[in-house]
Amino acid sequence: MGTRHVIAVLVENKPGVLARISGMFSGRGFNIHSLAVAPTLDTKLSRMTIVTDGNQHIIEQIIKQLRKLINVVKVQDLTDHEYVDRELILVRVKATEDKREEVLRITDIFRGKVVDVTPDTITLEVTGSRSKIEAILELLTSIGILELIRAGTVAIARGKKTPKAAGCPE
Amino acid sequence: MRGDEILLRSLKQEGVDTIFGYPGGMVIDIFDAMVRTFSDDFKFILVRHEQAAVHAADGYARATGKPGVCIVTSGPGGTNTVTGLATAYMDSIPIVVFTGQVPTGLIGNDAFQEADIVGITRPCTKHNYLVMSTDELARTVKEAFTIAASGRPGPVLVDLPKDVTQSTAQWDYPTSIELPTYKPTVKAHLPSIRRAADLICQAERPVIYAGGGVITSGAHAELRTLAEMTGFPVTMTLMGLGCFPGTHPLSLGMLGMHGTYRANMAVNDSDLLFAVGARFDDRVTGPVSEFARGAKIIHVDIDPTSIQKNIEVDVPLVGDARDALSRLIEILEERGPQTVNKEKLTGWHAQITAWRNEQRLRFDRTTTTIKPQYVVEKLYEMTAGRAIISTEVGQNQMWAAQYYLFDEPRTFLSSGGLGTMGYGFPAAIGAQVAFPDKLVIDIAGDGSIQMNIQELATVAQYKLPVKIAILNNGYLGMVRQWQERFYDNVYAHTDIMCAPDFIKLADAYGALGLRAETTEEVVPVIKQALETDGPVIMDFVVEREEGVYPMIPAGKSITDVILI
Ligand SMILES: Cc1ncc(C[n+]2csc(CCOP(=O)(O)OP(=O)(O)O)c2C)c(N)n1
Ligand SMILES: [Mg+2]
Repeated sequence: MGTRHVIAVLVENKPGVLARISGMFSGRGFNIHSLAVAPTLDTKLSRMTIVTDGNQHIIEQIIKQLRKLINVVKVQDLTDHEYVDRELILVRVKATEDKREEVLRITDIFRGKVVDVTPDTITLEVTGSRSKIEAILELLTSIGILELIRAGTVAIARGKKTPKAAGCPE
Repeated sequence: MRGDEILLRSLKQEGVDTIFGYPGGMVIDIFDAMVRTFSDDFKFILVRHEQAAVHAADGYARATGKPGVCIVTSGPGGTNTVTGLATAYMDSIPIVVFTGQVPTGLIGNDAFQEADIVGITRPCTKHNYLVMSTDELARTVKEAFTIAASGRPGPVLVDLPKDVTQSTAQWDYPTSIELPTYKPTVKAHLPSIRRAADLICQAERPVIYAGGGVITSGAHAELRTLAEMTGFPVTMTLMGLGCFPGTHPLSLGMLGMHGTYRANMAVNDSDLLFAVGARFDDRVTGPVSEFARGAKIIHVDIDPTSIQKNIEVDVPLVGDARDALSRLIEILEERGPQTVNKEKLTGWHAQITAWRNEQRLRFDRTTTTIKPQYVVEKLYEMTAGRAIISTEVGQNQMWAAQYYLFDEPRTFLSSGGLGTMGYGFPAAIGAQVAFPDKLVIDIAGDGSIQMNIQELATVAQYKLPVKIAILNNGYLGMVRQWQERFYDNVYAHTDIMCAPDFIKLADAYGALGLRAETTEEVVPVIKQALETDGPVIMDFVVEREEGVYPMIPAGKSITDVILI
């Protein structure tokens, strides 16, 4: 296992493109930790954030192989730069009478939101960096997580712009 | 204009004049239009299995340099093309395959003869398309040909739902297209070329390692110039055979698992390895940690993913080989003749000659039983080295590569990357269709030839004078050789003595069948075959347990070479 890399990929918003990308990863034995994808402001394009890992050699291959795909517009390894990454989670925790206070307090500390409550569960929405998400999950685990949905990481470079449609892919 | 007509007109615009294919319900309109409206425009070759259509298009492309074209039906027609596509993909061969598809409204319903061929072939095509409207058809054809033939070439598949070929659209063929997401790098960086020139001037034990990319980019003349001006010896990969004259004094022959001793020794001892259009395949390198350990490596390749993939190189040159080589030559010329000191290489050449004399390619020349190497050697001599040779896969392929010397590019057609048995015969058909007057010979194994033997009907129908030379050892010989060497002589399911009588088989298809059972019968059989106008099967009953040597066992390096 190598280091974690967050790769931003701008692709044409066409049928089958996601399959091309995921197929390239599986076919060549590369890892995908998470993959988040949605159209950009220009709906002809989609932006993917792929979290993967590997040594420098593997990451270089991943990036080159991505660039080689015909529908890929631009690829950028955000890990090379300063970037912000966020993940959204929805989590349902066991929250009987005696635990409810604690769950709400944790939610507060992590600036989460309560999105649903039943007599013995609370469902939270939390957004944050990876370390923040890991931290709250650790706390909630000891209370009892019933269900967890993670949206996958999305990321953006700080300061200068992230991949743009204009210009040719590198 | 109807979609089928748009398609065929588009093909004409692309300069296509030959199509290989097989009909079926979902392409019946295209075939109908081909006969009714375009009968003067295309030479159509009806094969007997879609796999053969793709290999034939591939052979056509390798022999001519132009993209090969196939049209087949949906479902099983499409799935039968997969091996051909994967073969062309591994060897970077430009072909465009059109498959029929069920009408757009039925896609996803498990309709009769529906297969998700775009999904199936995604990992074995350079790109593929499902055309959902007749309006997109012309542009898609243009894109398909552009992508197939440019950059690092490869197969492209275009899936055509039946209603797309039946509906109408405006005829509007783009003369050129911009693909904003596809910019194959073509020019290597000048500073890197200069660095390469520096290393070339310093080298004392250099080797040029040339692959199929030299042929693809048409850089054979530049390669020869470079070798002659520097005095650098040249070794070729299987895919590279013909990119540098095999009879040239600087040729070391093929390298790799069954390469010549001198080629592998030279690479091993080199201080500069100049790789061009080659990709450091494991059949060439063995364990990369052992490969050319003392060498600085320059690597010219048009595909950035090939560079630093298998091996760390010192000077990567991402770009078209022909362009990179000609600029390199210019730089070397500017620096003047003294910069490349050929004298300095005298010792190196003497060493290489010593290696050659120490371990030549050889076989026992005293036997009555036919040695397969002898057959290839005689084919070489009796055709004066001027035939287009295709091969099957296995020992036959390696003997062809070792004993037939190729002086011209595009004269050796062989499935290198995928190693597809059954490739050679249909590929020979493709080459023969492209060059009706040239001599085309498939050097075959008795196993491989049976994988597309049905194409004898195709050569009979179109009177294609393809010659097949079967090196008949009654074994899946290459596998048997591994079993002999590494599996205690346990010949697990590699005995194929139960085979058809190839003479009768030839006869049944209307071809000529000839057999040689002793060494002295070899020359007369070849002679008669070469004098025959039509297709011929030559059945050479050869030494059953002959092996291909030298052999570097898989995962080992030259120091572990088995010489005989
Ligand atoms: C389609 C396919 N199946 C299996 C193999 C594995 N294989 C490699 S060489 C070989 C034996 C080929 O036998 P034959 O054509 O008689 O050639 P020989 O080695 O005897 O010259 C086999 C089975 C292959 N390369 N291709
Ligand atoms: Mg055999």
